Amino acid sequence: MKTIILRAASNYMLPLLLVFSVFILLRGHYLPGGGFVGGLVAAMAFVLHAFANKLETTKKLFRMHPGFLMPFGLTLALLSGLMPMIIEESSFLTAMWLSEALPAIGAVGTTLFFDIGVYLVVVGVTLTIIFTISESS
Amino acid sequence: MELILALLIGVLYASGIYMMLRRSLVKLIVGIILLGNAVNLLIFLLGRITKGEPPIIPGDSDVFLQAYTDPLPQALILTAIVISFGLQSFAIVLVKRAHKMVKADDLDEMNTTDAES
Amino acid sequence: MLIAVLSGFIFSLFLVVFGKFFKGRFSLAASILPLSLFIYFCSFLGPISSGEIVSQFHPWVPSFGLNLSFTLDGLSLLFALLITGIGFLVFVYAATYLKEHQYIDRFYGYLGIFMGAMLGLVLSDNLLSLFLFWELTSISSFFLIGFNNTSSESRKSAVLALTITGTGGFLFLAGAVLLGWVSGTFSMTEMLTMREALHGSDFYLLIIFLLMGAAFTKSAQFPFHFWLPGAMKAPTPVSAYLHSATMVKAGIYLLLRFTPILGNHEVWNTTLIIVGGITMFYTAFHTLFRTDLKSILAYSTVAVLGLLVFLTGLGTQYALTAAAVYIVVHALYKAALFLSTGIIDHQTGTRDVTRLSGLRKVMMPVAVAGVLAAISSAGIPPTIGFLGKDLVYEATLGMGDAAIYLTILVLFTNVLILYAGFVAGIRPFSGKLPDNLQKIKMPGPLLWVPPVLLAVLGLLLGIFPALLDAPIVRPVVEAVGGDGAAVQLKLWHGFNTVLALSGLTLGLGFLLYFIIKPSQGKVTAMGRLEAISPKNIALNFGNSFTRFSSAWTGVFQNGFLRNYVVTIVLFLVILVGYSLFSGSEGIVIDWRSLSKLTFYEIAIMSLMFMAVLFIVASRSRLNAVVGMGVLGYAICLLFVIYSAPDLAMTQFSIDTLTVILFVLVLARLPKYLEPSNHARKLRDGVISGSFGLLLALIALEVLQEPVNKEISEFYAENAYVLAQGKNVVNVILVDFRGADTWIEITVLTAAALGVFSLMKLRLKKDERRINE
Repeated sequence: MKTIILRAASNYMLPLLLVFSVFILLRGHYLPGGGFVGGLVAAMAFVLHAFANKLETTKKLFRMHPGFLMPFGLTLALLSGLMPMIIEESSFLTAMWLSEALPAIGAVGTTLFFDIGVYLVVVGVTLTIIFTISESS
Repeated sequence: MELILALLIGVLYASGIYMMLRRSLVKLIVGIILLGNAVNLLIFLLGRITKGEPPIIPGDSDVFLQAYTDPLPQALILTAIVISFGLQSFAIVLVKRAHKMVKADDLDEMNTTDAES
Repeated sequence: MLIAVLSGFIFSLFLVVFGKFFKGRFSLAASILPLSLFIYFCSFLGPISSGEIVSQFHPWVPSFGLNLSFTLDGLSLLFALLITGIGFLVFVYAATYLKEHQYIDRFYGYLGIFMGAMLGLVLSDNLLSLFLFWELTSISSFFLIGFNNTSSESRKSAVLALTITGTGGFLFLAGAVLLGWVSGTFSMTEMLTMREALHGSDFYLLIIFLLMGAAFTKSAQFPFHFWLPGAMKAPTPVSAYLHSATMVKAGIYLLLRFTPILGNHEVWNTTLIIVGGITMFYTAFHTLFRTDLKSILAYSTVAVLGLLVFLTGLGTQYALTAAAVYIVVHALYKAALFLSTGIIDHQTGTRDVTRLSGLRKVMMPVAVAGVLAAISSAGIPPTIGFLGKDLVYEATLGMGDAAIYLTILVLFTNVLILYAGFVAGIRPFSGKLPDNLQKIKMPGPLLWVPPVLLAVLGLLLGIFPALLDAPIVRPVVEAVGGDGAAVQLKLWHGFNTVLALSGLTLGLGFLLYFIIKPSQGKVTAMGRLEAISPKNIALNFGNSFTRFSSAWTGVFQNGFLRNYVVTIVLFLVILVGYSLFSGSEGIVIDWRSLSKLTFYEIAIMSLMFMAVLFIVASRSRLNAVVGMGVLGYAICLLFVIYSAPDLAMTQFSIDTLTVILFVLVLARLPKYLEPSNHARKLRDGVISGSFGLLLALIALEVLQEPVNKEISEFYAENAYVLAQGKNVVNVILVDFRGADTWIEITVLTAAALGVFSLMKLRLKKDERRINE
């Protein structure tokens, strides 16, 4: 499978797919998409890259093991839930919103950060599983 | 349509259980995956299926103006799909490891606890 | 009050961290805690005696009706003072008693938990929090009985005690929930106003039997009494504190607490009189056949507990006053006797009363405590015991027709209690000092001051009963629904029947004490009857239950995955199938309600059927993986058709990843086994086929029922209004049910960590050995 065409293509595909995955993540609140799907698409982008190149090459794209995305994402999601408790003294996971919508992203609220947390966890989980399994076989 | 989908679910359940009853480790995993698909489809079917009415509010309005599919089963299944991926990969790795340690893929040979083997 | 209750727990937590520095002198410092609590509760004596009731409210889990609401009335105050007061003396005493012990920090930790739990128990107004504290006392008692955990006898006794009191706790919970459900509140103060309604309720009898079951197990009433003598395996300070003065009285507390709410009913009174009566006579009789000092004390404690239940059952003004006084009397003299027994044990190394005598010559102060406590237990004037006994006779004499029988019963019990008190408090100190005990040293003052203090207090309160009457006894009687001023505590009542009965008790008691000597022969004689004792019956039941469980487990947990699956599936098919077909209508399906087929759907479904067949029939793993991939994408198409775009996207990505995963590991996975025989295949096919058919039928049947869309509609209508999102599925995931999603991604993380650790971690040595 390690053909030159695929390798060349995958180098361009990776950033493209990653942008696409972020796009899916951001539009999730209004149209089909969201953190789960976005995270999976991003993971697939890396897996594709790993198929075309060597696994080591793909791993070098990360400074740390992708597994570290998991605690990071969990904390982000948790903090987005805790924020309302601290700032507004409302209950856990009550969404807060900026009054003005941002261009290109749309309305920004704590749920967006929650979804980003989900995205990071899903990427971390998927890549950890696939990298671990392919390394050992 | 629901009739055929229900039959399909029945077939998925039956084949899932059947595969789990084989002695091979790999068939066990295949059985688990089939069962997972069967459960997802069952929840989906019982939430009532409709065509062309996704649970997404049209862009220019604040509420639904027409009929929409029940979003709740979909949310349930979405998480179930992702979780089952985690479960499957864990099961695969567990089987690999067990196979490596016991040098057997016959489930019937894995019926003792570690201490006795 | 919250701080007062929690301080015991905080103290224990503190010991967890700093326990190792907590040896020697420091352990004495721990007694500051109960002392300051005692002083704190003493400060309530004034307000409470003037009729005030102090309460505090802290919400905990209001949605369950569980709150930390504390109410301090006369009854609670009496117990709080006993808990902290005797607690203080026991804390002081144990510092010397267990000085050499390796785990003295643990000991104080358990005691701290117990004290906190017991205070919570007597202060709680909320039934559910009362239950929590009730269980905590059982648990701390378990640890204290099994404190010498190297002795198997200790461990057995601890388990036995926990089993009995735990069963009681279960009954209590059932009773409390039922009571809360009937009355609509868990607050006992509010229940006071619902007396009539509760008495008229259909569940009245069930409630009182459940609560009585709890009280009887905790307070060691017949036939559950046997755990208490077993609990004497605990260090003596524990026996004095938990198993005589405080914890075993929790059952009495519960009964008294519910007397104004549920009491004064024929069944309530009769049951308590009968159970209490049997207990006090049966166990008091047992004291004649024991030589172990602690055992004698244990049985006489159970006898007194029986007497207290009996008095609660009588329920008259005199009886309730007598119960209140007797709780104090008993706590004072029995704790003193236990503590002096502990000293004897500590100094001489034996508790066998046949080998002890003349100890007054080597430990005079302990002898003083023992003798004073013994005469208080005997009810000799001018001790407080005399007052208590008088009141008991007054109570039984006032019972009309039954008076004569009840009085005789109490008379016998009192005689036997007197005997027990004398054997424990006087015999070891009287007579000649045997040679082997000549060299016994005088114990330190920290050991003998606590029992002396208790015994002297018993004497003082007897001489000045007014100290006890207005501040403590009257509020108690009022708290349990009586008229506090109806009975005056007096030492001298004039010449009457009660005085004659007192005299008779003393005479018979002295006679018994001088005629019957405790001897090993009597212990052996009693041992022969052991086979039919409630204890043995309970133990046999427990053992056969264990045997049954292991046989049961052996049959069902046999290690063959296939058997588990077959059992579950068959059970489900038969049970659900039966209920599905046995219904009056059977299965009715309205075909017209189902939607029409289109070409695409037929194509997709046929594809799926074929994929499934391919997976099952294929003999190659690769083919199976291909089949799985096809099946997954077909499901994805189904989601597209049936308006679930999010699901379609997710299914697509996951299916791709699963196939990749399989391809990655396929070479390393075992090949398929040779096909098993045809008969087995057929059998499995029938089992799984019937399961599939059942599920399909259930699905069709459910589709006929109307669907409740209330929740979905709420989400759909409020998705934009409340959560500013238009993709309702996503809004549910990240907003409405965000906490669920968070837990879900945590589970995912756990799965990934599991995969990582299974693959990456090296085999340990012993695992490698199995490998080879």
